[in-house]
Amino acid sequence: MRYESPTTTKEAVSLLSKEKGKAYVLAGGTDLLVRLRMDMIEPDLMVDIKRIPAMTEITKTAAGFKIGAAVSSAALAKNKALVKAWPGVVEAANLIGSDQIQSRCTIAGNLCNGSPAADSVPAMIAAGAKAIIVGKKRRTVALENFVTGPGKTVLEKGEMIEAITLPAKAPRSGDAYHRFIPRTEMDIAVVGVAINLTLMKGKVASARVSLGAVAPTPLLVKEAAKAIIGTKLDDAALDALAAACSAACNPIDDKRGTIEYRKRIAGVLAKRTAKIAYERAGGK
Amino acid sequence: MTGVHVSTTINDDPIEYVCPADESMLDVLRDRLGLMGAKEGCGTGDCGACSITLDGQLVCACLVLGAEAEGREITTIEGMADGEKLHPLQDQFINNAALQCGICTPGFLIAAKVLLDREPNPTETEIRYALAGNLCRCTGYDKIVKAVQAAAKDLRKQNMKK
Repeated sequence: MRYESPTTTKEAVSLLSKEKGKAYVLAGGTDLLVRLRMDMIEPDLMVDIKRIPAMTEITKTAAGFKIGAAVSSAALAKNKALVKAWPGVVEAANLIGSDQIQSRCTIAGNLCNGSPAADSVPAMIAAGAKAIIVGKKRRTVALENFVTGPGKTVLEKGEMIEAITLPAKAPRSGDAYHRFIPRTEMDIAVVGVAINLTLMKGKVASARVSLGAVAPTPLLVKEAAKAIIGTKLDDAALDALAAACSAACNPIDDKRGTIEYRKRIAGVLAKRTAKIAYERAGGK
Repeated sequence: MTGVHVSTTINDDPIEYVCPADESMLDVLRDRLGLMGAKEGCGTGDCGACSITLDGQLVCACLVLGAEAEGREITTIEGMADGEKLHPLQDQFINNAALQCGICTPGFLIAAKVLLDREPNPTETEIRYALAGNLCRCTGYDKIVKAVQAAAKDLRKQNMKK
């Protein structure tokens, strides 16, 4: 295996596209290096992107935030403007692993890993995040279309994420993420729910609801959003939200939770998450 | 396998080594540099026995490549005591019997020091969360938490005198 640590995106893309063998992008390495060690992958080239300035920065723009692919979860939590605008995204990213893992893991890596249970991905989908992909061409993909199956993404050979963008926070909006795990820390989501909503005159004017760990990919559930749009999150609206979330689930049965259990919990968590997002948006 | 030449700083000392591109920082520390304090527990970032700091950030050495250390600053447990004088955390781990077999101890000490550098007066909950990435199968954690609380107190006293 060769190890390269380019200092520009162009150089990184060139290394990836020229490699005839198996090439991998190394960001935080908290998944990749585990797989390397367990002999699940045999890379010919590893391209470390942590020395590319554009990939290690969080920039605030008029359009929102641009988060470089190598920015760690710990760094997200330290960015006050980001925490204020997108608390749900940051809290989801900060649920991944221990402090040791937080120092290294990235939301771009969490996304590229393609895990159905990735914590930060539903939160980013709800927020309307997009991935800026570089390769032969530069393209932008909305995150709800990024993961195509367990461990599978839209990335083609020679492509990588340069940054993830989050829109500017709309006035009177709020987002939140909740997950269920059987213990209090350090576990994989059995169900994850992210909700981002905007209020108009006290009523939900627009919403995005995303579920994790209940289907082969993270889901954007439009029916669930419809259930709360136009309401003040009264009990009937919350019940409709829960029913829509449960109905959207297509989960597996495993030791963490049965199909029936996951479906039910998706509804319960959706209600709780919606209430937090509503409060953060200034709703009473 | 191509060797990578690395110049880095470990516990304030300039260090150079050559390692295979896929070798972990943990293997570099233990097998090339003879720094045996960081332990290999799981090798997959779950147990924290190999905790070190990389540019001040707490990381698992098993999930860092040796090649990544170029130009960075690393601290390991070997850099914690000041010569023969133990760090207050080390003293309090002894006083509180916060260890039995000792395999996890270097990792706990490094993680606890990162916590106390950031938060000199953590609550018990903060301590437990900050040490959630370190596993101990002997103590049941209570003695470790007590040792960290006692060391935090010692350090606050020390800093008031300064």
